[in-house]
Amino acid sequence: MSSNIKQSESSGGGLVKWIDSRLPVFTYLQKEYGEFPAPRNFNYWWNFGAILTFMLVLMIFTGVFLAMQYTPHVDMAFDSVERIMRDVNYGWLLRYLHSNGGTFFFIAVYIHIFRGLYYGSYKNPRELLWMFGVTILLLMMATAFMGYVLPWGQMSFWGATVITNLFSAVPLVGDAIVTWLWGGFAVDNSTLNRFFSLHFLLPFVILGVVVLHVIALHVTGSNNPLGIDPKGPQDTIPFHPYYTAKDAFGLAVWITAFAAVVFFAPNFFGEPENYIKANPMQTPAEIVPEWYFLPYYAILRSIDFNLWFIDAKLGGVIAMFGSILVLFVVPWLDTSKVRSARFRPLYKWFFWILLLDCILLGYVGGHPPNEQVFKGVSWLEFIDLGHIGTAWYFFHFLILLPLLGRFEKTKPLPTSITESVLNSGDTSSGRPINSVEEA
Amino acid sequence: MNIGKKFANFTGVLVIYIVTILFVVPQAFAAGDAKKPESQDWEFQGVFGKFDKPSIKRGLQVYVEVCSSCHSLDQVAYRNLLDIGLTVDEAKAVAEEFEVTDGPDGEGEMFERPARLSDKFVAPFSNENAARAANNGAYPPDLSLIAKAHPGGVDYVYSLLTGFKDEAPEGVEMGEDMSYNPYFPGKQISMAQPLYDDSVEYPDGTPATVAQMSWDMANFLHWTAEPEMEQRKSMGWKVVLFLLVLTALLYAVKRQTWAKLH
Repeated sequence: MSSNIKQSESSGGGLVKWIDSRLPVFTYLQKEYGEFPAPRNFNYWWNFGAILTFMLVLMIFTGVFLAMQYTPHVDMAFDSVERIMRDVNYGWLLRYLHSNGGTFFFIAVYIHIFRGLYYGSYKNPRELLWMFGVTILLLMMATAFMGYVLPWGQMSFWGATVITNLFSAVPLVGDAIVTWLWGGFAVDNSTLNRFFSLHFLLPFVILGVVVLHVIALHVTGSNNPLGIDPKGPQDTIPFHPYYTAKDAFGLAVWITAFAAVVFFAPNFFGEPENYIKANPMQTPAEIVPEWYFLPYYAILRSIDFNLWFIDAKLGGVIAMFGSILVLFVVPWLDTSKVRSARFRPLYKWFFWILLLDCILLGYVGGHPPNEQVFKGVSWLEFIDLGHIGTAWYFFHFLILLPLLGRFEKTKPLPTSITESVLNSGDTSSGRPINSVEEA
Repeated sequence: MNIGKKFANFTGVLVIYIVTILFVVPQAFAAGDAKKPESQDWEFQGVFGKFDKPSIKRGLQVYVEVCSSCHSLDQVAYRNLLDIGLTVDEAKAVAEEFEVTDGPDGEGEMFERPARLSDKFVAPFSNENAARAANNGAYPPDLSLIAKAHPGGVDYVYSLLTGFKDEAPEGVEMGEDMSYNPYFPGKQISMAQPLYDDSVEYPDGTPATVAQMSWDMANFLHWTAEPEMEQRKSMGWKVVLFLLVLTALLYAVKRQTWAKLH
């Protein structure tokens, strides 16, 4: 394995050698994706990096081809999308891949983030790697929001109106900011045009930050389910062929699920109302964002009270953006030296509670605040669940994480990955080696 | 044991996926107090679902003879009718029943001519204000995408068309010119009951009951909303089948690769 560089050079022949001695791309690929030493004990939660890379590339490709047929004008945008669906060759496929691609991109990125939270992947020395990741999440949210406006349906228009209006909560300059964002005095053609421009631009910014994310990963090396550092070559295996094979399998499972939705339930995740052309004179009964924004939407609406000089609207906006910004400082909020939740008996529980809390917030975000959770039970409205969910979310990050590190009694860490993998009967960390021995 | 663990890990991924689908996705069915549409057995449902073309053709007839006097069908062109089995001459005959404004001609004047296959369905009103003026202020929506634009989908179309009641229930205060329909949000709709038995006469001899015409109309509007469905599904099961085989092969490759790890 260690002599792969030489192999690739000699097997590549003259041209490869000629290029490589001038621009060492082949050496680089071999080093970073061939022999890149990865801990030998990844489980399938480590598949999502590859899956996310695939989704980003898919979104860029389908997006570029959709842009060739799309018209960013308030009078023509909706019809141009329908023309793609009806008259462009395989246009329906491009558009359904792209719209459902957004959904699957977010499912994958949320799994990827919770994986990081569970196994402490954000801890020293991977703080910057994590922060690049949170940056990517923010960029993805901005991109998805603007992309959703482009078909210019009812939800596109009213979603854009609600979200851009949030900025009016900023003291003193709020209204000026909103006018500046709109490029006018209402969500109109200039808004649609700039959203199209930015929706085209931002994915390439994401791509750039992804490159930084991956470079940072290749400096520190990957975390692993045990959260302990590899102690030597016996703890790692070359990325290729082991993880390329594993990623390929995981990716195929993912794409199969994705294809099933694209071909058989392409509108499952969509909002029916967005198949009605935008009408500024008619507000829909309920304005709801795409499902992946629902937890933030619930947090936004949960702040329905004034706090000192902060009115409810500004408070909601601060809480909503705060819910993501807080992720940037998680590496310092979590004071525990132990990375993996496997050895943190208390944190493990609170991790699952946080996950349930986020799902609860998503559920709350999809309902009007004053609707009863159970029909006929007047003392429990969705806004109450929103209060609880939001409070717990911030309690988890701001209070629980710093305290847990101090008071939690962690389990003893295994001395090395290999040892743990070979001796494991009780943890699921050892699959790779186990499978070899039992196969 | 080992296989079991592997399976558990794999199902973990699946469970998260399913949980996301079931719980995070909003039940956007908060359509106020409206009655939930009754779900019907449509021929287009399922992985191998196909369009019920005879029914769609009858629905076309209902649209042209009844609905088209108020409702537009902007996204559909007359040429699209070939896809549901009309011959070129039949489609041309449908188009020619509509007058379209064209021009300007050599003199700079606009003129009327019968619609051609390349035209989109001609709307009954030239703009929203004209439509409202002719309909007591209500705006009959475009029907092209209506089957996708409501959470109840095609079932909603069918339930709405068959759901009109002559009399509102005791105690319901009706607005002027409103009809009672439990499936419509608010239960009061500006559209008067559009279909009555024998509103149209089907050339294939099918009895034109309200239920039959509603059924045909729902099939027709499903087709106008997603005309790509047959192509999508027939490509879909091949793609998924291919991916399943590929996944199995890649799993074998993965196992074989990892077996080298001694």
